[in-house]
Parts: sequence; structure tokens; C-alpha cells
Amino acid sequence: MATPSRAAPAGRVPYLIGHEIVLAAILLISLLVLSTQTDRFLTTGNLLNQGRLMAEVGLVALPMTFIIITAGIDLSVGSIMGLCAILLGYSWQNFGLPLELAIVLALVTGALAGAVNGWFITRIGVPPLIMTLATLALYRGLAEGISQARSVRGYPEWFFVLGQGEVLGVPTQLWIFLACAVVAAIVLGMSTFGRATYATGANIVAARFSGIPVDRTVLLIYTASGLIAGLAAIIFVSRVSTTRSDMGTGLELDVITAVVLGGTSIFGGRGTIIGTLLGLILMQALKNGLALAGVKGDGTIVVIGLILIATIIISNLVRRDTDG
Amino acid sequence: MAIAARREGAQDGLLGGLRRIFGSQEMVLLLSIVALLVVVGAINPRYLAERNLQSMFLGNAYIAVAAIGMSMVIISGNIDISVGSLIGVLATLSGTLAVSGYPIIVCWLAPLVVGALVTGLMGFLVAYLRIPSIVVTLGMLSILKGGLISVTAGAWITDLPQGYALAQMRPLSIPMPVWFMVVLTAAAALWMRYSAFGRAIYAVGGNAEAARLSGISRRRTIMTVFVIHGVFVGIASVLFATQLSVIQSTVPPNLELTIITASVVGGVSILGGTGTVIGSTLAAILLAAIGSSLIFVNISPYWLRAVQGVLILATVLADLMRRRRQARS
Repeated sequence: MATPSRAAPAGRVPYLIGHEIVLAAILLISLLVLSTQTDRFLTTGNLLNQGRLMAEVGLVALPMTFIIITAGIDLSVGSIMGLCAILLGYSWQNFGLPLELAIVLALVTGALAGAVNGWFITRIGVPPLIMTLATLALYRGLAEGISQARSVRGYPEWFFVLGQGEVLGVPTQLWIFLACAVVAAIVLGMSTFGRATYATGANIVAARFSGIPVDRTVLLIYTASGLIAGLAAIIFVSRVSTTRSDMGTGLELDVITAVVLGGTSIFGGRGTIIGTLLGLILMQALKNGLALAGVKGDGTIVVIGLILIATIIISNLVRRDTDG
Repeated sequence: MAIAARREGAQDGLLGGLRRIFGSQEMVLLLSIVALLVVVGAINPRYLAERNLQSMFLGNAYIAVAAIGMSMVIISGNIDISVGSLIGVLATLSGTLAVSGYPIIVCWLAPLVVGALVTGLMGFLVAYLRIPSIVVTLGMLSILKGGLISVTAGAWITDLPQGYALAQMRPLSIPMPVWFMVVLTAAAALWMRYSAFGRAIYAVGGNAEAARLSGISRRRTIMTVFVIHGVFVGIASVLFATQLSVIQSTVPPNLELTIITASVVGGVSILGGTGTVIGSTLAAILLAAIGSSLIFVNISPYWLRAVQGVLILATVLADLMRRRRQARS
């Protein structure tokens, strides 16, 4: 992580370490507390199952980390998932496409939807927040309009391998997620593209003057975000065996929470995939542990909200200490 | 944003004034509403029936009221994505107080006070602890939504007492929500245009450094904007809670999106510093009119969200082009 520390001299590296240590400590404490509440929490079966449930949010959180590092945001990922899911189901059932081709179509649609976001943001200069807010409504509207809110079911057996199957005793989608996470971590941490991402978020003007292809970088990142949202949609459909137009509603909030919890600064220029992974695991562990301890599903959302705000406050204080 | 300030300041005669009025977002919205009413009314006269117009206005006035506060928040350079959840919580609070036998006036005022306290807390975190508003309000959204549903389980509140239904009253035979929408919009518009504090909101959102140099406290301004926003959200919640004879104690889906859309389509720039609450109220009316028109021209209402998305995009593109043209001249 040489790049981020160079971009803003004071306190960047201490902050990163600070935030990730704070987060790891909170994660450890929560795991300890949760495992004392119920003995069903720390079992292999439960943990693998949680990994299965985490994969979709986790996948989308990887490109979201890149996006937020460039000081952008993508609110439309949940809607892209809905649109891809509907196109998958409809092109297969209503237009008679082979399911393999429908999967490809869904992925292409996702990438295209992301590229539309990226194109307007880089070429026209629409702020990311407002662009993806517009497509949050637009893509969901297309999903609802195309499907007229009817669901699609009856997929062939082989399709369920993706969302319900296992490879070497580990859920299929967890393998996919881990592979993507490793690729994302390498690209962000060790490649020129990753450095361009940090530079864009830290100081976009300086990045342009240094000859970094800022627009191409940002366009690619939003396209990747759409593509991965399409992949997550296919896994989602395979996991729940049905397609509905409201799939992925509100998913963007979970994703952004995990990324921000992981220490990626919403102002850009700062963040890591490791942090995002810690944030994701903490969120999922809390949801699951509290549910097992008897807290109802909605109570866990409260805890996640509190932890999000508390983590940011604490890491802000830590950063101020190292700065001063 | 300096452009907007210059435009406000330039008094370039009658012609320039006229051009400014007709080129303004408010006039575009007004003409769009009229055009929509005329065209859809011509296709299907039942669209203009009194009953439809009334349900269109009454059912959506609370969105316009909430969009006033939201516009102030956005103009100051922030955002509040927890507003839908807060309305759900405050409406439930009001209804619960009402069925528990508290005086009606308490049921009407409590949401305003609690709303201001909650948004005041958010404002404190944003202004004094310097946490970005999107993160603060994202966290608050989880807390409010999760808290509401785990306490109430989405139960219906029924048997509301006599005299509680504020939104169903008709002083001078004009429905109460319309009164609130018109009076609050006018008051807020005048206040933001002519008071020192109103101008400070624009200054903080438009150019924080210039605002600081002119002695405006960014912290206090943002804090105050959030508190005022909370009062508007409180009023919107009471209108929302009293429009039917029952209250469902959940968060209305996509409500924050509709409110933010009204502000943005009304010409409030997410970059901060520009926009008016007259625009956001007109936009709320336009959105309601579009929503209600789809059925009358035989388009499935499932396309509504797509239309909203296109509308936001069109507004933002028009705004960007206008800025570019002004930057050139």
C-alpha cells in the first residue's frame, strides 16, 4: 500500500492499521460474545451456511470498494440485480432461450447497466450519487415493467448447483466469492489499475495531470460493478429457485455498510479489500449470532446501524490522534 | 455554484428577468404539470375528475412537505436517506400516542419534537464529528427501520380517536394537506430567499470556504438545517399518519427515494448550493400526477419507477447543460 500513504502524507498508514485493528477487535469480541450465547454459532455447518448467505452481498461489495475508493458510490446495484434476474428468467421461459444463453445475457445486461452509469459519470459529468439514484429507479422500473411483477420458477436441476450446491464440502458460491475476492485484492493492492483507483479518489486533478487514465479507470470499475451484480443475481436466483422483480431491493445499503464498516473512506482515496472482508464477516456474524441468540431479524439491523456509526466515530478519533 | 450566485445577483433588466423566469426549473415544472393534465385529460377525461385530482394531491402532499426539509439538507451539501424510516417511526409514534389517550395536540406535536431530536443527532454527527451525511443517515436508516419493525412487528394501529385525523380536515373547504403544502412551501421559500440564515444554507453548500471567510459557521448552519428538516419530517409524518383511518406501523417502501427524487427533479443540485423549495413542491406534484396518469392512458403502473428514473436523469442532464452554457457566456 505505498500509493495511498504517498497521496496524503499525514496519518494514512496509521489510520489504515488503526481502523483494521479496531474492526478486528470488534469482530473478535462479537464472535466471543456470540459463541457464549448459543452453542450452535461456532459450528462448521453454521459457518458454511453463513458463507453461502454472505456471498451475494460480498461479491457486490468487492467492486463497491473500488467505487468508493474513487470517491464514487453505486446505489443501483440492487436494482441491477433485479433487472438481471428478470432478464434471466424471462429470456429463458418466455423467449425460449437456452438457460446457458440466458445466463450470458444476464451477465451482459449487468455489465451494460454498469457501463451506462460509468459513461454518464465520466463523459457527461453526472455526480455518481445522482446518476446511480436515477438508475436505481430506472433499472428497478424496467425489471418491474418487463415482468409485470410476475415471478419465474421451474429452473432445471443443474442450475441449482450454483446457489444450493457444494464443491469439496464448501458452498459453490463461496468458492466463487473467494476467487473474486483474491482477484480484487491483487488488482487493488498490487496492480497499476489499483494505484490508478487510489490516485483518482485521493486527488482526481493530480491524477489527470499525472497521466493516469482516470475516465477509463472509473468507467471500467462501474462496468465491473454491474457485471458482478449480474453474477450475484444469477447466484441469488439459483439459491432461492425463483425469479422476482423485487430481488436485491435494499441490497445496496448492506453492501455500502459493509464497505464503509471495512474502513473505506466515503471521501475516496482510502480502503482495502481486507477491510471490506472484515466488515462483511462482522455484519454476517452479527446477523446470524443475534438471530441464534433469539433477537428477531429486525433487531439485528439496529445493531448493524449502531456498529456502523460507532466504528466510524472511533476510527475518526484514532485518526485524529495519529494526525496530531 | 459560483454561477448560480452570479445569476441571482445580476439584475439585467426586464428581458433578462423574463428569460430567467421562463428558463427556471420552477416554470419548466409548472408547464410540465399543466401539459400533463391537458394531454392525459384529453385522452381520458376521468383523469381530471375531482375525485382523482383530490386523491392525487391529498395522498402526496406529505411528500412535498418532507421534500422541503430534504431540499434544505441537499442545498447545504448533505443528504438524508433515512427520511422514509423516520416518517414510519414518527407516524407510528403519533398513532400510538393517540390510541393511548394522550391529548390530540400532543399526538400532533410529539412527532415534530422527536423528529427534530433525531435529525438533530444526525446533524451533530455530520457537523461536529465530521462523519459524511450518507454514512450517518445510512446507519440511522438501519436503526430506525429495524427498531420500528422489531417493536411493532408491522401491526396496524386502529381505533384512532375522534378529531385526530388532521389530514382529513377541510378549513375553508380546502383540504388540510393542501394548506400545509402551500403555506409551508411559501414560508420556507421566502425564508430561504431573504433571511440571513437562508442565504447561509446556500453559501455553506455552494462554497464552504467562501462561507467560512464571510463569518458563517458551517457547523452551526448544518446542525440547524438538520433540526429544521426534522420538524418538516415531523409535520409530514402527522399528515401521513392521519390521511387514512388506520396506520400501518412499518416503513413505507421507497419513500426516501420519492422524497429525494422530488428535491432533485425540483432543481436542487446534489452538488449543493442551488435550488428552491418551490421547485421541489412542484416536482412532488408532477411525480404524483405522473403516477396517477399511467392507469388512465393504459400503461401498467409497474413502469412508474422507470419513468421516475428517466425524469431524474433528464433533470440532471438539463441542469448540467444549463451550467455549461452559463459557464461559457
